[in-house]
Amino acid sequence: MITLSSARPEGDHRPMGFADRLLSLPFVQRSDALRSFILGAWLGWQIESNWADPLLFAVYSFARPLASVMILVVMYSVITDGATQQPIFAYIYLGNALYIIVGGMLAGISWAVIDDREHYRTAKQLYTSPLVGYAYLCGRGAARLLIGTISTIIVTVFGVLLFGIPITFGSIDLPFLIASIVLGLTTLSGLGLIIGAISFQLGRNAWQAGELISGALYLFAGALFPLDILPPVLREIGLIFPATYWLEAMRRALLGANMIGFQTFAALDNTAITFILLAMSVGLWISAAFVYRWSMRQAREKGVIDLETNY
Amino acid sequence: MTQIKTPAPPTAKATGAMLFWRTMWARAYPRIVGSLVRERSWLFFETVLPLAATAGYVFVYQAVGAPEEYVGFVVLGGAMTAFWLNILWAMASQLYWDKEGGNLEIYILSPGPLMAILLGMAVGGFVMTVTRAAIILIVCSLAFSVTYTISSVPLLIAIFFLTMIALYGMGMMFAAVFLASGREAWHLANLLQEPIYLASGFYFPVRALGFWVAAASSLIPLTLGMDGMRQLLFAGDATLGFLSVEVEAIILLILSVFFLAAARFMLTKLEEIGRREGRLIERRR
Repeated sequence: MITLSSARPEGDHRPMGFADRLLSLPFVQRSDALRSFILGAWLGWQIESNWADPLLFAVYSFARPLASVMILVVMYSVITDGATQQPIFAYIYLGNALYIIVGGMLAGISWAVIDDREHYRTAKQLYTSPLVGYAYLCGRGAARLLIGTISTIIVTVFGVLLFGIPITFGSIDLPFLIASIVLGLTTLSGLGLIIGAISFQLGRNAWQAGELISGALYLFAGALFPLDILPPVLREIGLIFPATYWLEAMRRALLGANMIGFQTFAALDNTAITFILLAMSVGLWISAAFVYRWSMRQAREKGVIDLETNY
Repeated sequence: MTQIKTPAPPTAKATGAMLFWRTMWARAYPRIVGSLVRERSWLFFETVLPLAATAGYVFVYQAVGAPEEYVGFVVLGGAMTAFWLNILWAMASQLYWDKEGGNLEIYILSPGPLMAILLGMAVGGFVMTVTRAAIILIVCSLAFSVTYTISSVPLLIAIFFLTMIALYGMGMMFAAVFLASGREAWHLANLLQEPIYLASGFYFPVRALGFWVAAASSLIPLTLGMDGMRQLLFAGDATLGFLSVEVEAIILLILSVFFLAAARFMLTKLEEIGRREGRLIERRR
């Protein structure tokens, strides 16, 4: 069993869990932000996994993303008579698999806010404790990220094995893949924090805000189809969002020469995309810090920090 | 200070059908007021954003050069997601949520029947759901120039309402199942989202899944409801249908009766077991 006290009580001889070990590290004990982050991640993981039947949790974690990608496979196969060897199929499939992470990051934090506030009703306790709320929310998002990453890996492997998605050791550009993962996740978590921070002021339906925004980005980010298909105005909107560049970067890094190229990104090489993601991640994290502080103040002033909208 | 006017209490004691009717409206009232007056942010989240998600699937079909009628299939499927999400999150999960929030014990203590409370949730939630579905249907139809050729309006209306009765009956039954599942209710609701979009053919004709999968999926009323509506809305494409519309209407009628009876039985049973084991108001499960 895991306990989450950084100073364990006298006589507590239970074995230390992973979270306990992390919390007992000297540099972690000195930092409220780090402890809040670890606590948030640990709590998020417990809520998402351990409190459910393990089999049901596994099924739920993989069935939903697999079903989501299978919808596209069926749509594609109905029209093309199962031509899954075409490069456009790999483009669509991989975009959808990677988008699981985008959805998890965008929806996870706003969901955590509503969960704490309206489901478990612990918002009062949380925000009257010495917790660093910003770091805590990042931790809650990290738990969702972990689940999303596992789902993405499974869906991708499923695609390689069943549909012949052309990802091989030779096709992967490892340095670019690592850079894309790090910068992409930083950027997406910044965006997730902004949505989560705004959720403090919204009613219960805000749990859907993240899911719906990520659903809407399906359209603009080129997850399901190349941006070239979109009318020019919508294409320009798509170029505002970091998910658009991240998906392009990940596709290039994983598919390499097997990737089908489109006009929209033809002028951008890998270095240019890396710099765009870097600039976006810095901008979004600075914005997220301001939005969080502003939204928290607004929520406190309006008295909605422990709002319940159970209608 | 603003005075809040509360309706005068009814003079005559309600029993039987009148009690059912009043209970239903009493539960629908906070949902209608909550969504129309107090918390309007849903208008953005429930209308503008799902539009984009539906449009995304339309562009997938356009990217692979699908025939025009497939765009109409996606638009109808996108609109119908509103009803499925309403069933999952505002009905099936609601009794569990009410238990956690402390409302369930009040429902149980009141003389109102649980079926009426669940129906009230459905009626109250209909405002949001129909708005979302209508906006997706209208805006996407206009934006993508979807042409509808309705072969029979009465049959279309009959199929829609039969689908709704069976669907909400299923939602009531799920409410009992989810309540019994405790914390796992959320996982169950998640599990029934995209997998049902796939199995019911929200974005493609369900017959593409093959006869036996489509037959199994027909237990979900939306499968046959959407298939029937597609056949009636896009006349001339009957070859894309799974069964004939008349057969689908009969099956939906049977499903309606079955789900309503099952919901009534399961809610009564659950209440009985809950009372006996003292778990009705227990929150940490």
